[in-house]
Amino acid sequence: MMRRVALAIALLGALPVLAGEIAPAERRSGYDFMSSDSKAMQDDDTANPAMLSVLDGETLWSTKAGAANKSCGDCHGAVDVSMKGVAARYPAFDAASSAPVDLAQRVNLCRRQHQEAEPFAAESRELLALTALVAKQSRGMPITAGDDPRLKPFVARGRELFLQRQGQLNLACSNCHDDNWDKHLAGSAITQGQPTGYPIYRLEWQGMGSLQRRLRGCMTGVRARAFDVDTPDMIALELYLMSRAHGMAMDAPAVRP
Amino acid sequence: MMRSASRVLAMVIAALPATTGAQQLTPYTVEADGIAASLTGQPGDAARGRALVLARSSTCILCHSGPFPEARFQGDLAPSLAGAGSRSTPAQLRLRLVDARRLNPGTIMPSYYRIDGLTRVGSAWRDKPILSAEQIEDIVAYLATLRE
Repeated sequence: MMRRVALAIALLGALPVLAGEIAPAERRSGYDFMSSDSKAMQDDDTANPAMLSVLDGETLWSTKAGAANKSCGDCHGAVDVSMKGVAARYPAFDAASSAPVDLAQRVNLCRRQHQEAEPFAAESRELLALTALVAKQSRGMPITAGDDPRLKPFVARGRELFLQRQGQLNLACSNCHDDNWDKHLAGSAITQGQPTGYPIYRLEWQGMGSLQRRLRGCMTGVRARAFDVDTPDMIALELYLMSRAHGMAMDAPAVRP
Repeated sequence: MMRSASRVLAMVIAALPATTGAQQLTPYTVEADGIAASLTGQPGDAARGRALVLARSSTCILCHSGPFPEARFQGDLAPSLAGAGSRSTPAQLRLRLVDARRLNPGTIMPSYYRIDGLTRVGSAWRDKPILSAEQIEDIVAYLATLRE
């Protein structure tokens, strides 16, 4: 009996992560799974199509908007100073709503509250441009989203959703992205679903898109009813994915197949 | 192996769709690790079955590979279908397609002829099995020809 208990304790010690979770040393961003052509496209700012969105964002950053007639820069100053590292900690806790908000939601909260302007539509050119600009300021920096202890229940909810089977095909995110990330779905690398580079330029889309758009695509892929834009569960899932990538380097705005 | 009639009946009832107003699924009887009888009462068509296995909408080769030289993109999440007809009987293949969860609750293989126990199914697919009884029979007929 004692020996069996000792063995069980030894085995537990050998398992630092929960079953199915990817060990920290084995984590790989989507970049690692790409062809050398796609990597080269991302690595060269003059070839990375997402940089056009960043340029767009720079213009918007300094454009006055709303009843307050203020630009982002009027409050925040130079984007490369004030926004350094910000995207790496989003979704972040919003005290006013006592819930996490993602980067796009933060931009729109700012527009409403400080610029007194209409929020940008989800996946609009403007919202993608501003989030791409802000995300670029975290390039190379480690992801820290989820560190805020107030986010704990929301991270837990996101994890629950990640593990939940869904859709007609009855698959959980984890079935592919924890358990089979080294395999191929009809010839395409599955990847670990580490959201290091959002918003991304996706070759399949021939355009920019947010993590929410990517997640909705995956849910439709398993024939599930996708979470609606900005719903609490959608934000919780984004938050869990970012916290799961804790410490990984941001490479936004990334190119992905 | 003999099973009591009530046990078999209970299994038939368990196989009936739970959702009212849903498309009616043909009842079937699971015995041991298979479904011996054709879901349609007819043998399937192996040629149609091969076309179905290769069709993306059936989802087979997203995960499986097989002796399909014309299919450029095949998955490697699941065992190759080559030799499936040698490894399994038609009855075993039929249950695997109909409800693989019954054999292994942790499997990633969808249950192709089951509409209960699912979460947040998209409206286009709600209350519909992934494959029809006819399609399952065609695929079973084709897989049975894959011998090694």
